[in-house]
Amino acid sequence: MIHSLFLINNAGDIFLEKHWKSVISRSVCDYFFEAQEKAMEPDNVPPVIRTPHHYLINIYRDKIFFVSVIQTEVPPLFVIEFLHRVAEMFQDYFGDCSEVAIKDNVVIVYELLEEMLDNGFPLATESNILKELIKPPTILRSMVNSITGSSNVGETLPTGQLSTVPWRRAGVKYTNNEAYFDVVEEIDAILDKSGTTVFAEIQGVIDACVKLSGMPDLTLSFMNPRLLDDVSFHPCVRFKRWESERVLSFIPPDGNFRLMSYHVNAQNLVAIPVYVRQNISFFESGSSGRLDITLGPKQTMGKTVECVVVTVHMPKVVLNANLTATQGNYTYDPVTKILVWDIGKLNQQKLPNLKGSLSLQSGAPKPEENPSLNIDLKIQQLAISGLKVNRLDMYGEKYKPFKGVKYVTKAGKFQTGKVVPKQSSRLLFDKTK
Amino acid sequence: MLESSKESLKLEAMKRVVGLIAKGKNASELFPAVVKNVANKNLELKKLVYVYLVRYAEEQQDLALLSISTFQRALKDPNQLIRASALRVLSSIRVPIIVPIMMLAIKEAASDLSPYVRKTAAHAIQKLYSLDADQKDHLIEVIEKLLKDKSTLVAGSVVMAFEEVCPDRIDLIHRNYRKLCNLLMDVEEWGQVVIISMLTRYARTQFISPWKEDGVFENSEKAFYESDEEKRKSAEETKPYAMDPDHRLLLRSTKPLLQSRNTAVVMSVAQLYWHLAPKHEVNIITKSLVRLLRSHREVQYIVLQNIATMSIQRKGMFEPFMKSFYVRSTDATHIKTLKLEILTNLANEANISTVLREFQTYVKSQDKAFAAATIQAIGRCATNISEITDTCLNGLVLLLSNRDETVVAESVVVIRKLLQTQPSEHSDIIKHMAKLFDNITVPMARASILWLIGEYCEHVPKIAPDVLRKMAKTFHNEEDIVKLQTVSLAAKLYLTNSKQTKLLTQYILNLGKYDQNYDIRDRTRFIRQLIVPSERGGALSKYARRILLAPKPAPVLQSAFKDRDRFQLGTLSHTLNSKATGYLELSDWPPMAPDQSVRNVEVAEAMKEWSPAVGKAKSSKSDDKFYSDSGEEEDEQAADSGSDEEGGSEGSTRTPVSLSSEAESENSETSEDSSQSEKSSDSGTGVKKTTTQKNKKLQQAKKPRKLVSVCDRVCVCVCQQLSSPVFVPVHTYELLHRMTGKGLAAQYHFSRQPCIYDDRMISVQLTFSNNGDHTLENIHISEKTSAGQNIHCFSPIECLEPEKSVTVSMGVDFNDSTQAASFQLCTKAEGFNVSIQPAVGELLLPVTMSEQDFSKEQVWGAVFAAKLVSSGALVLVCVVQKDSGAQLTVNTEKTIIGSMLLRELQTVLSQGS
Repeated sequence: MIHSLFLINNAGDIFLEKHWKSVISRSVCDYFFEAQEKAMEPDNVPPVIRTPHHYLINIYRDKIFFVSVIQTEVPPLFVIEFLHRVAEMFQDYFGDCSEVAIKDNVVIVYELLEEMLDNGFPLATESNILKELIKPPTILRSMVNSITGSSNVGETLPTGQLSTVPWRRAGVKYTNNEAYFDVVEEIDAILDKSGTTVFAEIQGVIDACVKLSGMPDLTLSFMNPRLLDDVSFHPCVRFKRWESERVLSFIPPDGNFRLMSYHVNAQNLVAIPVYVRQNISFFESGSSGRLDITLGPKQTMGKTVECVVVTVHMPKVVLNANLTATQGNYTYDPVTKILVWDIGKLNQQKLPNLKGSLSLQSGAPKPEENPSLNIDLKIQQLAISGLKVNRLDMYGEKYKPFKGVKYVTKAGKFQTGKVVPKQSSRLLFDKTK
Repeated sequence: MLESSKESLKLEAMKRVVGLIAKGKNASELFPAVVKNVANKNLELKKLVYVYLVRYAEEQQDLALLSISTFQRALKDPNQLIRASALRVLSSIRVPIIVPIMMLAIKEAASDLSPYVRKTAAHAIQKLYSLDADQKDHLIEVIEKLLKDKSTLVAGSVVMAFEEVCPDRIDLIHRNYRKLCNLLMDVEEWGQVVIISMLTRYARTQFISPWKEDGVFENSEKAFYESDEEKRKSAEETKPYAMDPDHRLLLRSTKPLLQSRNTAVVMSVAQLYWHLAPKHEVNIITKSLVRLLRSHREVQYIVLQNIATMSIQRKGMFEPFMKSFYVRSTDATHIKTLKLEILTNLANEANISTVLREFQTYVKSQDKAFAAATIQAIGRCATNISEITDTCLNGLVLLLSNRDETVVAESVVVIRKLLQTQPSEHSDIIKHMAKLFDNITVPMARASILWLIGEYCEHVPKIAPDVLRKMAKTFHNEEDIVKLQTVSLAAKLYLTNSKQTKLLTQYILNLGKYDQNYDIRDRTRFIRQLIVPSERGGALSKYARRILLAPKPAPVLQSAFKDRDRFQLGTLSHTLNSKATGYLELSDWPPMAPDQSVRNVEVAEAMKEWSPAVGKAKSSKSDDKFYSDSGEEEDEQAADSGSDEEGGSEGSTRTPVSLSSEAESENSETSEDSSQSEKSSDSGTGVKKTTTQKNKKLQQAKKPRKLVSVCDRVCVCVCQQLSSPVFVPVHTYELLHRMTGKGLAAQYHFSRQPCIYDDRMISVQLTFSNNGDHTLENIHISEKTSAGQNIHCFSPIECLEPEKSVTVSMGVDFNDSTQAASFQLCTKAEGFNVSIQPAVGELLLPVTMSEQDFSKEQVWGAVFAAKLVSSGALVLVCVVQKDSGAQLTVNTEKTIIGSMLLRELQTVLSQGS
């Protein structure tokens, strides 16, 4: 299946290669570089590239291209999903998945890749199993190892590999038994200039951090499971129980994991937590423009909106911005043409405002499209869909765990100021013309 | 450093070597020094040496041979991890000389006790095959053996090997088909993907098409599971296609995987449904696919491609989710184009205005390539939906005044295509475009306008010559494509309006004659001969008008994904839109259903295969399969008591199978009576049979039965004996007495079939009868009081007339304890607390054990192997014949169950004597 893997940084250097079958020359990457050049931006590189003898499937993550070489037919998603798992595993092991981290730990990376694939077919991708086979690097361990001569490599086959619960290892022990669940919801929305919702939906995930001894069997139930429309689970969740009773019953993996991700029923109206008044205009005469943005809280259910950041992708002709912000500060990068306004907490009484003039390239025609705003925000202690965890029960173990649930709402792809022609002012495609 | 005696130094050195390999630098000259360390005790060092060895062994074959003996030794290591990794490395060394050694190692590992080692063996098969394809036949044997393996760990890998080595040997799958379907949920994610795609191909060859007609599809099982009254009624009316139960099994067992977190699994289930499910069931995959769009950019790309293909054939599937395909300004270009494609596919009369409004914003996008693509999409919408053609045209004409050139050019091209469909009504547009002509500089657009004017010069008789005049002036500055169109325009005008344009045409033809481009010179010469009657009287010139002004068919604007459906969805070939190496065609449905009995792994057959050779264990998995079938049949009959006709027909399709198997087992020599009695009691025929054979055998009783065992090892089904020492075909227990139940009486018995709801559950059949004098309504289970015991309830019984009874089945997970499962049984009016108490034998399921496993255990005598339903722990029972009597041993992890079982067995055996 997966023949070889090349890791390539943004500058186009191949800094790691691994072959699971016979060696393939790194010149195969030339085809990739060609495509990369054509695509201009790393995001635009096609994920699947065909070369005369091979197929290259690549992902771009954390400024690294993971380029895998395939020789025969294989579902492309299979490879893509696997490459993302590899990246996640690096993140898990080294804290971040950067070129530096990988170069520093090249031996562990190699050992990991060796364990994850056998002959190009995934062997062990569960982080619990891998961590038992190859221990993640810590300063303490490397010191101990250098003194005692013990190794980083597990001597026996991880118990998880054979059991029906491969995600959990046997004999976990904690002095403090805790189980935390984070309900994180993201609002994806497109608002038009006047603030009406064009499209909005809520996606959520439940991330868990479970540190419980033994083999606990947990059951998590919701106050209002009907809200959940479409769900996908960690393999540990018993699907039958969910289908019949709408509860999550599972033997959790040890440590951090994503328990489920869900989509909230589309019929429910999505509460939009902020409103935006924006006015960005460019003057026909003279090379300047004006910008005026005001933000305010809307439906926040009494919670404060935090970490508000407004990002505007300006048209190419905007040379510079001369603005004043009543709250927070702004930066404008004339190269990437991105204006970032970091507001912070949203104050009910004093609405933050950003106002000023834009200078344009002289002589260039005025941009025809007004830029749209991307808004980032965070609301603690609130799941905007109203989802609530009812209770968490534990079976199978005697002790009493400490339990906690946290709710956070974030803005996902939250875009405002999209110019959507109104019913009344439809110029182009008026059916009733 | 590698030569050093200190291990830490060696390790450090090896790490550096691996670092070199990782960077792609050549480290092959170190080979001799590295190979020496292969037998080192330090595991980490060893692993690094393995990494090195696998990388360079191909280059230094002779030296690599030195290490082989180390691996051969490691293959016998008691630690399974070491055995497995030795096999991994051994098989990864691509040295042809060691092929026989590898073959031997694989064969051995394939029957290893550890499933992990067996999994490695499955991987090694592919490696060996790619090294030496001549070994195919031997490897197929190993694959066949491993396919029978019941471990979920092995399943994925062996199917992968199957796909690589012998994808055409579908006959190997038949017997394992149902097992694979049932195990699918528990296989690791990557294995699931492979198995699903293999099963898709399999199903396409083995089942008949469920798409025969677009009407209602009969589907008895579905009707049962959802107790969908309406569907059943309609099914009775139209007599029709009945889905093979195995086909249904596949669909049913893959459905929960749509909820997987692994995008590849979701996609493969989606393609399975797309290729196999009846049309009306495909819709369930939509939501999951739309969910995948939230994932990484690369995943989006692949999923959108597949949706694009699907949306051409079936708009309805994705229409409700149209907003999910709205383009965001932050999307990558290829994602934008795909979304545009899908939106275009989804557009219909009802939603076109929304789609167009959305497109309108895209046209203004800063990404000009995308804006151009949008205009093309508008063009496609306009041709597909005739009502809006005019609106679109007007819109596009407005776009002609756009400041951006690419947009204008694209609009012109699209307008040209649109106008071809209905030219007569749009002379004003042509006029408008002619006016714009001066401002447009993009060659393709200019050429399009010229062509339009030439083609429809009759509609614009005044403007056309004028345009030609302008062109004549600028001819030498134009691009080739524009020049060609100018020549054509001149020729056409000459034919229609020669009075005004004769001189102009002559002039242009002269210009063209001396052009630098030979295409243009050729064209000019050709046109001149064609239209200007020369003295030699070209025969063609008579037809010039018909040649040049022939009505031309309008171009069809269609999706680039139009013919992608020839490839199986989700494959690399589909993504590339061309056949990738190793792509396996998805065959068409067979016109006639192939024999479905090949998948029946029958008891008798299994006995033949196992008992004479092995003579001790019963192939339980295989009769699982058999019984699950008959179980369903029973369930159906029970549930369908209302519609006898259908139940009957269902039954009749399967009865021959069970009959034949019964007949066969009658003939079969060895220990068939136990199996038969089990069967007969299961199917509830009420034949009273004794299975106390084992006792008889042990006590050498001289009963008039055919005691035909070959040796003193007998194969007996113990659970039969345990549960019913006094023989009753179906032992029923009372759940609710009619007095306490106020007319409602309930009885239960253990059907002893693998539960259909969950493999951990035990299926219990409940029979309700109404002994009262009024109708009972809405009988259901309301409250499950016992902790930790899962109960799968039956679907509520809506009403039960007096003097009637109804049988339903439910599943209970007893957690391997004989603790009663208690719950509340409710009718509309009242609730009764009841409990089900399982006997210890009911918690067991018979399993197969290979000869090796037993011989390793050194267990002789009468042997029975079973596993606990819920935990899957093994229970081994053996009886050893001694001089005076017998010694009975029960081995199991669960001590409580073990001792209970032992006690009960003892009583039964002593009774028998």
